[in-house]
Amino acid sequence: MTQLTRKEEASSEIFTQEGTLPADPIFNNVVKVAGLAVIGVLIWMTLVVAGDSLPAIRQFGFGFLTDSNWDPNSDQFGGLSFVFGTVATALIAMAFAIPIGLGIAIFLTEDFLPEAVLTPISFMVELLAAIPSVVYGLWGIFVMIPILRPLLQWLSGGSSSGYGLFTAGLLLSIMVLPTVASISREVLKSIPRSLRNASLALGATRWETIFRVMIPAGTSGIVGACVLGLGRALGETMAVTMVIGNAPEIPKSIFAPAYTIAAVLANEFGEASGELHLSSLFFAGFLLFVITLLVNILAEIFVRRVSLERQ
Amino acid sequence: MQTQKWTRRAFATLVALIAIASPIALQAANALDLNGAGATFPEPLYTKWFYEYNKKNPDVKINYQAIGSGGGINQITKKTVDFGASDAAMTDEELAKAPGKILMLPMTSGAVAVTYNVGGVPSGLKLDRETLAGIYRGRITKWNDPKIAKTNPDVKLPNQSISVVRRADGSGTTFIFTNHLSAISPEWKRDVGSGKSVKWPVGLGAKGNDGVAAQVQQTPGSIGYIESAYASQNKLPIATLQNLEGKFVAPSIEGVTAALEGTKFPENLRVFIADPDGPKSYPIVGLTWLLVYEKMDDKAKADGLKKFLDWALTDGQKYAPPLEYAPLPASLLKQVKQSVAQVQ
Amino acid sequence: MISTGSPHKPDLIEELDQPLNFGRASFDKGMTILSIIFTLIALVPLFSVLYYVLVNGFSSLNWTVLTSLPAPTGSVGGFGNAIQGSFIIVALATALSVPFGVLTGIYLSEYGRDNVLDDFIRFGVNVLSGVPSIIVGVFAYGVLVIPLKTPSAWAGAFALAILMLPIIVRTTEEALKLIPWELRLASLGLGANRFQTIAKVIVPAAFPGIITGILLGISRAAGETAPLIFTAASSTYWFTRPNLPTASLATLIFSYATSAYNDLKSQAWAASLLLLMLVLTINILARFVFRRRF
Repeated sequence: MTQLTRKEEASSEIFTQEGTLPADPIFNNVVKVAGLAVIGVLIWMTLVVAGDSLPAIRQFGFGFLTDSNWDPNSDQFGGLSFVFGTVATALIAMAFAIPIGLGIAIFLTEDFLPEAVLTPISFMVELLAAIPSVVYGLWGIFVMIPILRPLLQWLSGGSSSGYGLFTAGLLLSIMVLPTVASISREVLKSIPRSLRNASLALGATRWETIFRVMIPAGTSGIVGACVLGLGRALGETMAVTMVIGNAPEIPKSIFAPAYTIAAVLANEFGEASGELHLSSLFFAGFLLFVITLLVNILAEIFVRRVSLERQ
Repeated sequence: MQTQKWTRRAFATLVALIAIASPIALQAANALDLNGAGATFPEPLYTKWFYEYNKKNPDVKINYQAIGSGGGINQITKKTVDFGASDAAMTDEELAKAPGKILMLPMTSGAVAVTYNVGGVPSGLKLDRETLAGIYRGRITKWNDPKIAKTNPDVKLPNQSISVVRRADGSGTTFIFTNHLSAISPEWKRDVGSGKSVKWPVGLGAKGNDGVAAQVQQTPGSIGYIESAYASQNKLPIATLQNLEGKFVAPSIEGVTAALEGTKFPENLRVFIADPDGPKSYPIVGLTWLLVYEKMDDKAKADGLKKFLDWALTDGQKYAPPLEYAPLPASLLKQVKQSVAQVQ
Repeated sequence: MISTGSPHKPDLIEELDQPLNFGRASFDKGMTILSIIFTLIALVPLFSVLYYVLVNGFSSLNWTVLTSLPAPTGSVGGFGNAIQGSFIIVALATALSVPFGVLTGIYLSEYGRDNVLDDFIRFGVNVLSGVPSIIVGVFAYGVLVIPLKTPSAWAGAFALAILMLPIIVRTTEEALKLIPWELRLASLGLGANRFQTIAKVIVPAAFPGIITGILLGISRAAGETAPLIFTAASSTYWFTRPNLPTASLATLIFSYATSAYNDLKSQAWAASLLLLMLVLTINILARFVFRRRF
């Protein structure tokens, strides 16, 4: 609940007093309807996606989550390989994005370089977030994979084709980086200068201050940033499907092809022929919906804690 | 007033934007938009057809979404398109799910080529039946495997892993390919089987014939199956495969025509040739069908579509050979035209 | 001169005069270098993407390609209809999402500061912003494509509008919240009612912030592919009616990028260049509009 200042309280009283001022009930209701419509769409979406998953849920139940056998030919649908791929690529992405994102956030909040240089750099990091996913995919296929292939082949003992779980995770980390970096930066910026100065005055070096004072102070917010990044990584579709190899199985190595929920929806949705096939896809989609929902709620909680702490 | 100025400006911009956005196409009274979706196998030919037909008949615009045979069947069954396209003719089960009788009209036929990307290995690599099945089954994993070397004594094969490429979407090309693999390899038939989508033992998934061609192009050491037009148009190496009689044949119009020779076509025009006989036959061939409801909901669309189909089966057939598709045998053409006449 | 009165006086001064021990000093320097490296690592992909899109796209970008329809490979073609389609779908999506988004933003900022509905709506907006775009596409498919029996620009616009909503709501709310309360009180003091205050005083004052939100929403919508694949699908003709499949830059890039044909691949780069320029320009514009006013 937002805290109202005394001024705000006073004027909101004036706003709600009947008879003192002519209220405008039509507009009042219009904005309320708009707000309800937004929630309505969300609820509608949940119902449609959940509802269309029912046939698959009835058929497979929880077995869907433990079965990795996806065989449209014999109406056997198990979603484990997609869930695995979704979570695995997201985790690989975060493994890279968290240290690098934090490193950038720290670099941009400390005074290594003058403000005039840091502002354009931070701007450029944010631009990374504006590049459409499909352009990342295009770049991934024609630039990133050919460059990485020798390394991937060496790491995998020659069996990697360049397309696979690891490649997708790497591309994802680039896409998720700006989220982690910019939110962490906001968090670090909002830590009172006095805290930092006190630590320095006590004889800590810059980096000791960062690790022992700044980051602990901003933990909630930084965790929130990471979780938000995770949410984004879980839902990415285009770039992933263009580099992951699209193989519905649990890969035997991190360099082997895999599949994610978002990618299989993009590839198979338009042409799912059987009733059960379509419903299983909806089921997988519903799982993704629920996973990202939970992750985003978690992020909310962490980020909210920061603003509450501030008050 | 500030607000008024803003409102007027916003309105003016909006009008300007709408004006730019729509070259207001002066639609003739008899303009017709037809939507189709399906196979990527015949896509090079179909897009040529729709393009040429539109040039001759500017009022008729046929839009085609190449989403794979599975998608084509799915959408025509749901009636979200006016016609579907598939290289895997609908099964009785699939036909039963449709809300009306669907006519399956073969339009052309083609070969499924096996293409690869191996440094130093030119086009014409000979793969015998056992080897082909073995590669896709995951049993043969290196290019310098003795089985491949046996049929290619003069080729220097590198010690490189084979990256198998197959389709990620529901595909008629997959159906034709796996049908053949099932016919030549009892192990394949038992473990994997045939269909528009199968449980692939190995492989990277790509979307559409074009996607598989691109994936092979991009991935050193890869092998993939694509409609032969995609291989020849993009100058990709093509393997020569062993047919039922043991002869090694490269995909060609002659090879397809030889494979189709002597095939009897039942009334519903559904025929699959899993393993053709004849020394000159190319082993992996298939027909491709357009799927149309016998009774269409919209008379104008039905008439328009019929006109197009008649054109495709007569004038249209001449566009096939330059694109590596084999024109349909005359007897079959006659049967198809009779079916088209039933559309209303 | 430090006087501690302690018997350790000379040691203390010595200690304070000591340079930092090697371990701590090198850790400090090392981390600085690491953070610089990390920042550079992040900028490398950015520059790489921009470079390749610019170089590969520029050579294939010409008037023909921008104004022709797609043609079968071998004939000269282009993606003019995709540009037109993107424009129209995004315009429709904006027309759908702006009214709902701005009004909801107004509601969250001006009304119901202390009731449950308000929290509920805010929560809903946050949840909506995290929904993967493919799920929104799936939803739009079920709701508009299946009943209408055809992919359409409407379905695509509907999906994009849902994706734009949270951005517009949030930015509008924030822009409105930045307006000082004195302005509202002054308006009340002059006898205006709530609606008049909002419509004629507050919203115009927050206009740049609201526009920023709309621009950011547009920039996101223009780049989305996943929801459009099966809602608006694609087309090889100019746009005529919004209830037909419609081409868009994003779906075109996706299908051409995964093609084996060289002429299609170079068109994919050209389209990427166009899309990237569009999205980045709108993004940069939005930030400057916002920063200049505030």
